[in-house]
Amino acid sequence: MASYSTNEFKAGLKVMLDGDPCNIVENEFVKPGKGQAFNRVKLRNLMTGRVWERTFKSGESIEGADVLELDMEYLFNDGEMWHFMKTDGSFEQYAADKKAVGDTEKWLKEQVVYTVTLWNDNPIAVTPPNFIDLEVAQTDPGVKGDTANGGSKPATLSTGAVVRVPLFINEGEKLKVDTRKGEYVGRA
Amino acid sequence: MDGSVEDWLPSATIETLRERARLLGEVRRFFHARDVLEVETPVLGHGGSTEVQLDSLSTEATTPGGRERLWLQTSPEFHMKRLLAAGSGPIFQLARAFRDGEIGTRHNIEFTLLEWYRPGWALESLIDETEALIRTLLPGAGPRRLSRYRELFRDTLGVDPFTTALTTLQRLAAERSGAPMEDTDRDGCLDLLMSLVIEPQLGRDGIEVVIDYPPSQAALARHGVDAEGERVAARFEVYADGLELANGYDELIDAAEQAARFAEDSRERARLGRPAVESDRRLVAALAAGMPEGSGVALGIDRLIQLALGRASVAEVMAFTTPRC
Repeated sequence: MASYSTNEFKAGLKVMLDGDPCNIVENEFVKPGKGQAFNRVKLRNLMTGRVWERTFKSGESIEGADVLELDMEYLFNDGEMWHFMKTDGSFEQYAADKKAVGDTEKWLKEQVVYTVTLWNDNPIAVTPPNFIDLEVAQTDPGVKGDTANGGSKPATLSTGAVVRVPLFINEGEKLKVDTRKGEYVGRA
Repeated sequence: MDGSVEDWLPSATIETLRERARLLGEVRRFFHARDVLEVETPVLGHGGSTEVQLDSLSTEATTPGGRERLWLQTSPEFHMKRLLAAGSGPIFQLARAFRDGEIGTRHNIEFTLLEWYRPGWALESLIDETEALIRTLLPGAGPRRLSRYRELFRDTLGVDPFTTALTTLQRLAAERSGAPMEDTDRDGCLDLLMSLVIEPQLGRDGIEVVIDYPPSQAALARHGVDAEGERVAARFEVYADGLELANGYDELIDAAEQAARFAEDSRERARLGRPAVESDRRLVAALAAGMPEGSGVALGIDRLIQLALGRASVAEVMAFTTPRC
């Protein structure tokens, strides 16, 4: 894998830090007048999701991480692993473990395309599309005029996610949901 | 080419550029009212800056002397000092300067320096004038505070930049930055601690002037002795709102000492594997001919305009930053 110098750092670059693949979130050049230059860098550890702040001497190099983000269709869960297939026509499949799937589990629906992050060809993260259409599996009937809860009620979707929906939504309806905020957007 | 053709748009709005022009007009009026002559000196020079921590750009040109390598100036200092030696009297310039690799919210490779020189003036008088100039553009700024470099380190970090053991400074710098510092020298550690820990707090409620720097951090300043008997450089820095704005010196006028410092810089550059830069022999000759004693200061006018207009980065007050040029 190539290494990258601080002057090549930019948001989105994948590098290795302390043995983990990281995504550069922010890179700030710091330099007192005629003094030594540094780069203050914010990196997201792709294994843990935590954001680190590190300082590098300008000109220093660090190793790049063999990280790819690929579109893959979700196929099925075998009880232990979640299986995805590349959408490039290769039918190549990848199995992601619980750690890689993480919170995305509640947004997983067959045939929907997700972004799967591969590190050294192994899935380490699965990101849902920003918006997804899901069916309401369970929700209590809405009572007209009940505004105690701001005119909304919880609904469990077919994938297990629970979102707040307007009172007029019924079981079996298809909803458009924003996965980043876990919020109801509208009827699909 | 980095970026896309969509970047044809300016980095600053046209309204901001109007404001910028108005502020530059105020700067010029400030100096005209004080009988300081506006000058324009070349962006190119046969000599460049040998400063160890500056990276110079160069180009080639066909001159009567043949094909020559010319250096884009990292500040207009050398040419302006030659004018002083030639008897110009007080001069100022809004000059383009170039420093390779410096890009960020506070930096751009090509930027504008406001630089001026006051023959016969002591550093204290120039500090007062620098403050007055800054207040012209920042009329709402709070009171001035004068801080000594070593006191800032003592108060903020509990170390003395002059006397604390290098290993202690390295450990502290490593703690604060998360980067290994064993091979970093004293000035490197001090620069890092200054940038990361001290600087963000400077000038938070007004204009902060820092004085009494270690001599190693002022290549072109005269050296003196502080109240505690420590050798210090006659240098000041001005900060506002955590931003480094200006850097001033009681200027070195000794030609032999200047030549020695150039040589020392060049040796250090070679030791660190940094590219060699031709030093300015004509500056040394000008000093030998006799430059009047006095003080000079360089101020990052882009940053001052940024503060005056309440913007978040220098890019927002520049027509086109280097990535968009």
